Amino acid sequence: MSGTTATAPLNPARTLATAARVLRQLAHDPRTVGLLLLVPVLLITLLRYVFDGSPRTFDSIGASLLGIFPLITMFLVTSIATLRERTSGTLERLLAMPLGKGDLIAGYALAFGAVAVLQSLLATGLSVWALGLDVMGSPWLLLLVAVLDALLGTALGLFVSAFAASEFQAVQFMPAVIFPQLLLCGLFIPRDQMAPLLEAISDVLPMSYAVDGMNEVLQHTDITGDFVRDILIVAGCALLVLALGAATLRRRTA
Amino acid sequence: MMNSSGVAVEARGLTVQRGSRTVLRGLDFTVEPGRITGLLGPSGCGKSTLMRAVVGTQAKVTGTLQVLGSPAGHPSLRPRVGYVTQAPSVYTDLTVRQNLDYFAAVLRPGRAHRDTRRDAVTRALTEVDLTSHEDALAGNLSGGQRTRVSLAVALLGTPDLLVLDEPTVGLDPVLRRDLWQLFHTLAAERSTTLLISSHVMDEAERCHRLLLMREGEILADDTPDALRTAAGTDTVEEAFLHLVDAAATRKENAR
Repeated sequence: MSGTTATAPLNPARTLATAARVLRQLAHDPRTVGLLLLVPVLLITLLRYVFDGSPRTFDSIGASLLGIFPLITMFLVTSIATLRERTSGTLERLLAMPLGKGDLIAGYALAFGAVAVLQSLLATGLSVWALGLDVMGSPWLLLLVAVLDALLGTALGLFVSAFAASEFQAVQFMPAVIFPQLLLCGLFIPRDQMAPLLEAISDVLPMSYAVDGMNEVLQHTDITGDFVRDILIVAGCALLVLALGAATLRRRTA
Repeated sequence: MMNSSGVAVEARGLTVQRGSRTVLRGLDFTVEPGRITGLLGPSGCGKSTLMRAVVGTQAKVTGTLQVLGSPAGHPSLRPRVGYVTQAPSVYTDLTVRQNLDYFAAVLRPGRAHRDTRRDAVTRALTEVDLTSHEDALAGNLSGGQRTRVSLAVALLGTPDLLVLDEPTVGLDPVLRRDLWQLFHTLAAERSTTLLISSHVMDEAERCHRLLLMREGEILADDTPDALRTAAGTDTVEEAFLHLVDAAATRKENAR
């Protein structure tokens, strides 16, 4: 066998092949693709008319939601997809083959990251150009935050799927992992108005920075220092959780 | 590529613990290279655990287990060992060819190998007789067809050692015969070593050597002929029953 078949931590060709495979699986499931792409669009439209009388509220909640949608959907899709990979025996097969754990994780992150780009393009584009979402900064920055959020969702989904033995358990991790972050991220009450303990907790939850980042773009024409800090924290958390997810993949199992 | 003793698999004191249960108890056995070794025994006797230990996916393995000259599970073995689990492990939401394309890309990644990969996929599809179904979703195939897709994946990399866990369960007699012909061709023409498990004793007659297992122990390690002769029986099944009775008597006497 040639040198290319040795197991390196990350092999670009194997990573790309894995990403392409995940996208091919999605392509055979048009209903899931439809739901992934259209549900955020419909929800943001609904939100626009719920806050018909107060466009300022729509701006702030709308921008936050553009960051939260990709996180939640990618969390759900990834946790189920990797759980299926674990239960169907394909994960065991792959890990008995010369595939690096990093190839698998990065492949999933790439594939769902690509879907998130598409999803966010639709939702952000519609919000800014059709629904009158008023952002001071560049809509492309909203897209950047949305994609990083999707990556974080993918990472969290990969990680928790290791602790779920069935689809029933996997979907229960959504409220368990995502809802506390949703309540504390500043969507309902600004974080600095929370009780000190809750604010401290929200300070260590990644979704808080996802929402803060969105609001920075909303309120400033330039790229602010806070914005850079926010996206670095979100990206750093995503990478950290992806690494934790890789650690849950065991070549040898009982 | 073989180790000095000229065996494909060599186990000494192989023990596997699953939870509080000892599934394999200090097994000693060898698997000869380029031959078909049948691993036979009733369901739940530890066949799958033994195979997973050889492939290197089983945790809590003690004793020594050398595979193709390296410790079982060594990274250098991953491209050289093909493994088919009992339940077909393929993506049900991909077509047959898409499944094979992906696993081929894992084995030989990169653009440079594209033609080699295409040839390997086409060859594997032909070997398991699924060329006419290559564009069908794996999830829409029958159980037997899906088993063959799983087998085709293991054939992709022309492995030196093929570990097949009950590959012919639920297949019709014609297909079973064809697959056994394929196994013999692989052993004869490519010197592939095959370790094949089954709980159907009539498949034993098709193997070069047999490991008879029961309750985590190996009762016999010999050729089908030698087993029948030693037990004075006409079939391997009768020889197996004879060995089980003999072992029970020994235990009784030891008490």
